[in-house]
This record gives sequence, C-alpha cells and structure tokens, in this order.
Amino acid sequence: MENNFFKKSWIQTLISSLLCIILGLVLGLVVLLIINPSGAFDAIKSVIGNFLTWKRGSYKLYYLADTLVRMVPLLMCSLAVLFSYKVGLFNIGTSGQYCAGICACLFGAIFLHLPWYLCLLLAIIAGALVAAIVGVLKAYLNVNEVISGIMLNWIMLYLTNLVLDQPDVIKNTRTLETFDLSEKAPQALLPKLNLFGNNFTSIAIPLSIILAVLILVILNYTKFGYELKATGYNKNAAKYCGMMENTNIILSLVISGALAGVGAAFYYLSGIENWNCSTATVPAMGFNGIAATFLGGLHPIGTIFSSFFIEQITLGGSYVNMRMYSSQISDLISSLIIYLCGFVMFIKVTINSIISKVTSNRENKNIKIEGDKK
Amino acid sequence: MIIANILLLIQYTLIFASVLILVALGGCFSEHSGVINLGLEGIMVMGAMGGALAMKILPASMPGIFIVLITLIVSLCIGVLYSSLLGVASIQFKADQTIIGTALNMLGTAASTVIVKAINNAESLALNGTVSQSSAVQYNIPKSNFIMNINFKVSSANGDTSFARFELNWFMIITIIILVLAYIVLYKTKFGLRLMACGEHPQAAASVGINVLKMRWAGVLISGALGGLGGICYIMAGVSEWRFENGVVGFGFLALAVMIFGQWKPQRIALAALLFGFLRALGNLYSSFGFLKALNLPSAVYNMLPYVICLVVLALTSKNSKAPKAEGIPYDASTR
Repeated sequence: MENNFFKKSWIQTLISSLLCIILGLVLGLVVLLIINPSGAFDAIKSVIGNFLTWKRGSYKLYYLADTLVRMVPLLMCSLAVLFSYKVGLFNIGTSGQYCAGICACLFGAIFLHLPWYLCLLLAIIAGALVAAIVGVLKAYLNVNEVISGIMLNWIMLYLTNLVLDQPDVIKNTRTLETFDLSEKAPQALLPKLNLFGNNFTSIAIPLSIILAVLILVILNYTKFGYELKATGYNKNAAKYCGMMENTNIILSLVISGALAGVGAAFYYLSGIENWNCSTATVPAMGFNGIAATFLGGLHPIGTIFSSFFIEQITLGGSYVNMRMYSSQISDLISSLIIYLCGFVMFIKVTINSIISKVTSNRENKNIKIEGDKK
Repeated sequence: MIIANILLLIQYTLIFASVLILVALGGCFSEHSGVINLGLEGIMVMGAMGGALAMKILPASMPGIFIVLITLIVSLCIGVLYSSLLGVASIQFKADQTIIGTALNMLGTAASTVIVKAINNAESLALNGTVSQSSAVQYNIPKSNFIMNINFKVSSANGDTSFARFELNWFMIITIIILVLAYIVLYKTKFGLRLMACGEHPQAAASVGINVLKMRWAGVLISGALGGLGGICYIMAGVSEWRFENGVVGFGFLALAVMIFGQWKPQRIALAALLFGFLRALGNLYSSFGFLKALNLPSAVYNMLPYVICLVVLALTSKNSKAPKAEGIPYDASTR
C-alpha cells in the first residue's frame, strides 16, 4: 500500500524538492557556522522566518504582504520558464524578456504617461517580441535557445539602460534612478488592494495566481497544451502527426516571454521599486525563476509555493545579524538549492530503485512463506 | 594627447582580450569534451576571489615574481575546485548542464560576496569594533606587481616632449603562451584529439577504448583552471578595487559569445576576443576620442555590440555550425 503511495509521481517530486530545500538550508547553516558559530541558528531562523521575525502582529502582516508583492514577478518568471520547458525549450532568456518588460512599462508610464493597462500591454508585447526572436532563430535556423537567450539578456539590459536614461525619466542624474511612479505617473500604478495596510499590494497578486491556474488548464486540459507537450516530447513525431512544430516552438516562447513581461509590469507598476539605469548585471529575477520552476517540480501550482519560498528566504536574508553575516547568505542558499535541483532525476531514480528492492524483497518473502505452508 | 589615448585604448583592448581569450579557451575545452559550461561567469568570480585573497594574505616583502605566480596558482586551483561542482553534477550524476551552469553563476557571486564580507567584517570588528559590509578585498600588495611599464617618448607640435605610458600586463604574455599551448594540445596531441572525439561522438570514442567520463572531467577541469585565471586577470585590470557583489559583470557570458564567434577554434577565438575586447574598451574610453564623442553614442551601445554581432553570426552560421555535436548530452554508456 505505502509503496503505491511513494510511486506516485507528485509525491516523488515533493520529496525531492523538500530534500533540495533541506540540504540547501543545512549547507547554508554550515557556512554560517563557519563564519561565526554563535549566531548561526538565529540567522538561519531569520532567513526562513523573514516577516515572522517582526514582533508585532501588524508588522508581520505588513511584511507578509510585502513578500507577496515581491513574489509576484518571481512567480511570473518561473511560469515563463515552465511554459517553454514543457515544449522542451530552456528559456534562460527570461531575464532579458523581464528586462524588456521593465523597459516598456516604465517608458510607457513615465515618458508617454499611459494608463496602467496600456503599460501592462506594452510590457507584454515587449517580452513576447524578445522571446519571439529566440523562437524564430530556434525554429527556422536551429540556433540553440540557451545561447541566443543569453545574448539577448545582455542586449536587453543595455537597451533598457539606453532607452530609460533620459532627462524626463531619470530622477537622479548621478545614480540614474527612474522617477517614483506615485510622483510622476500615478495613472500608471496598478489598482491597489491595500492588503494589511501595505500600499504596494495591487491586483497583481490575485492576477498572478489566476494566471498560474490558467497555465495549468492550458497545459493539461486543452488541445493546444497537448500539442505543445507533444512537440516537447518528440518534435519529429509531432510533425508526423500533423502538428505545426515550428509554430508551436515560436508560440510557446512568445507566451513565455509575455509572462515574463507581465511579471515585470506587475512588479514595477506597483511602485515598490525603481529601475536604475546604471545597473551592470542582468536582473536575477529570470534566473531565480529557473530555481522556482525546478523546485516547484515543473508544475504551475507547485511554482506558486516554490516562488513564495524562494522570495521568503531571499528577503529573509536582510534580517540576519549584520554584525556577523551579510544578507547575501540567502542568495547563497537559493543558488545551492538550484544546484541541488539538478539532482532531482537522480533522487527519483534512487527512490524508484529502493521501492523496487523493497517490493521484490517482500515478494520473495511471500513466496518463501507460501512454500513453508506447503 | 591622441597618442597617449590610442596607447590607452590598445592597452584596454589587450587586457580585455586576454581575459576573454583565457575564459573562452576554457569554454572551448569544456565544450569540445561534450559538456556545456554556462558557469564560466561563476568560475571567474570564484577564481578572482581566490587570487584577491592571496594578494591580501601574502607579505608585501615577497619578490614580485613569486607574488604573481602564487596569486595565479591560487586562482587556478580555486577555479578547478569550483568547476568540479559542474563535473560531479553533469558528468557523474548526468544532471542538466544548463541548470547546473546557471546555479554555478549565482553561487559564485553569492559565495564570494559572503566570504569576502565575512572576512572584511571580522577584520573591521577586530580593528575598531565597527561593522563593515564592504565586499571589496583590500590588497596587501600593490597590483603594480602585475604590470611592466613601457614609456614612449612623444613629441608634441610645440616641441615639448612628454612620456606616454603603456602598461604591459603579465597576463598578456601568459595569455599568448596559453593560446599557443591550447592550439597545440587540441590539434597536435593524442589527448586533444581524444577530447574532441568525446564531444563529437562519445559512443564511437568509447568503442575504441577512450574513457569518455575521464576526458570530460579533463575538459571541465581545464575550463575551471582557465576560467579562474581569467577571473583574476579581469579584476586586476579593474580600476582600484573590485566589489564582489557585482560578479564579473557579464564577462563570462561575453567569453561564451567569443567562443561561439570563434567557432570553437583557438586561433579564431583570439581574433574574436580582440574584436570584442576592442568594443568593450571603446565603451570605456570613447569620450577621449573627439570624433567618437561627436557621434554621441552612449557606452551601452558599445557594450551591446558584441552580443548583437554574436547573435547575427549565430543566425548566419547555424546551418553549418562548428559546435561539438554531442555537447550538452550526458554520456550514457548503454546507448553505445
């Protein structure tokens, strides 16, 4: 009976994800212990606890809402990675598509003074277009999507800095930070929810959850999703069955890029953070999205939990005792978790081999017992 | 002053090209053995951290040549150690090389920042009890050990003579040596040809008695060594101090572009690195040239160009790409 339980694919996924998390946290704890043994346990507690570190209940709720706001772009990026991965494409260019989304929505908001829904639309189009380049290169010229994605990441980063670095958009000519939306473009702020008194919570939070469910439905219950997955399993077989494999490749990347663009708009149109035109590295959001995707077991609903968890520990890093540690400890833990996610296949194979060993032992025993009876 | 500016431009081009050649050759070895090494950026950061810490710890009284050698060896070893994480995961456990590479990039920056900050903080607390969150390594030894100055006498129009300085960096010489070595190893030795066989058709290589896993390990570890060297080379060329939370601002990925533009061949990689290094140098220095300043292109344009070129080259050459055929696919002996 319990063997059947462990044989279920989602149980195995859950076990391997939890193993990755636990191992990642333990390794993080070891690093903390090496740096300074006296505060290591408190530090790991604050990393995991994040908003729970606050003493007053109202603060806890306020910072829970804050975590949710910051989780939204991560969830969208991991859905983007997931969607293309189902078609067998590794969209490492999510960061670039996210960047394109930032560029489009902030340009629309501050420079063109567009309302929020048009800014959102611009971000979607920008993300989709960048991903479409990857898709076309892959489908018609057979360019590896990982390499073209990486190149586009950097192109989009520099392009964003280029486009947004204008006197009408930049607040501070020294740090090159963009204007606060509440000051220059209040019309572009997403409709607010004011969840737990947090001014940055907007309709982005429920919308992102709805989108996750929508992705689940598309992938599992529609003809389109079935075709996409079939193309992912075997491109040639899909073609043989009359599916348009090139169109499917491009379409899945376009949707993936659009999701990344939505994520950027959901975050930057909440007004919680401004873009900085002197940014020298590609936003980590896309890479963290890869982490959340694999930690979530490549399942849209799993992604909701995994992206919450990753954001939780990322923000938790700022609560460690700065006299002993630095906030980057949480980046360390989340990158360790991604590294460990690479071993998921191995963990599953191990679980299956243990199961088959246990069952064969039991069968042998049963045969022996029956033999004794005779 | 135009001569001094041109010299400075050449100097920057050469130093950036050295970094790119070293790291791209690393990637080249790894890919020829059949493992895609996307983690070059992370390996560079870790190697740079190792070298920087060596510069911090070594006594200043040591002769310059030893300082240079020890720093290089430390960077190289850290690079090799760090790349073994890729080896364990993607060669032994057949993990997805893209995921592991991405993880290594993030881990490199995070781990080096945590380590450097912890050291700085402990020092600062011991010194005067204040908390330090600086992620820059304070070198005990001046970086000038890595540089040989060559002075040129320049006569200007009004008869004054001044000196234009050209800083010849040790790394430029090391890079040339490694470039020649890489070419010889890849094309003229048994080891190199076997290594490339494992990236083209590992099953065929195994059938004639080559140990594919061992060859792949060799490729990955060599890429770690060269990546580590490239990392220390990069931060030594930087202005005065290097903050580790910035990683190596995309040079690992630029090296990947160089490798592709160079079609996985050492001699072409060198040319590609010179071109991309020149563009990067222009991005830093364009304002000192009158005609470029008149163009008024922001440095982002120069920084972006290498990636655009790479993308175009990818699109144009994809039909007869020289990429190793079996790269990215874990070797499975049962598919022979």
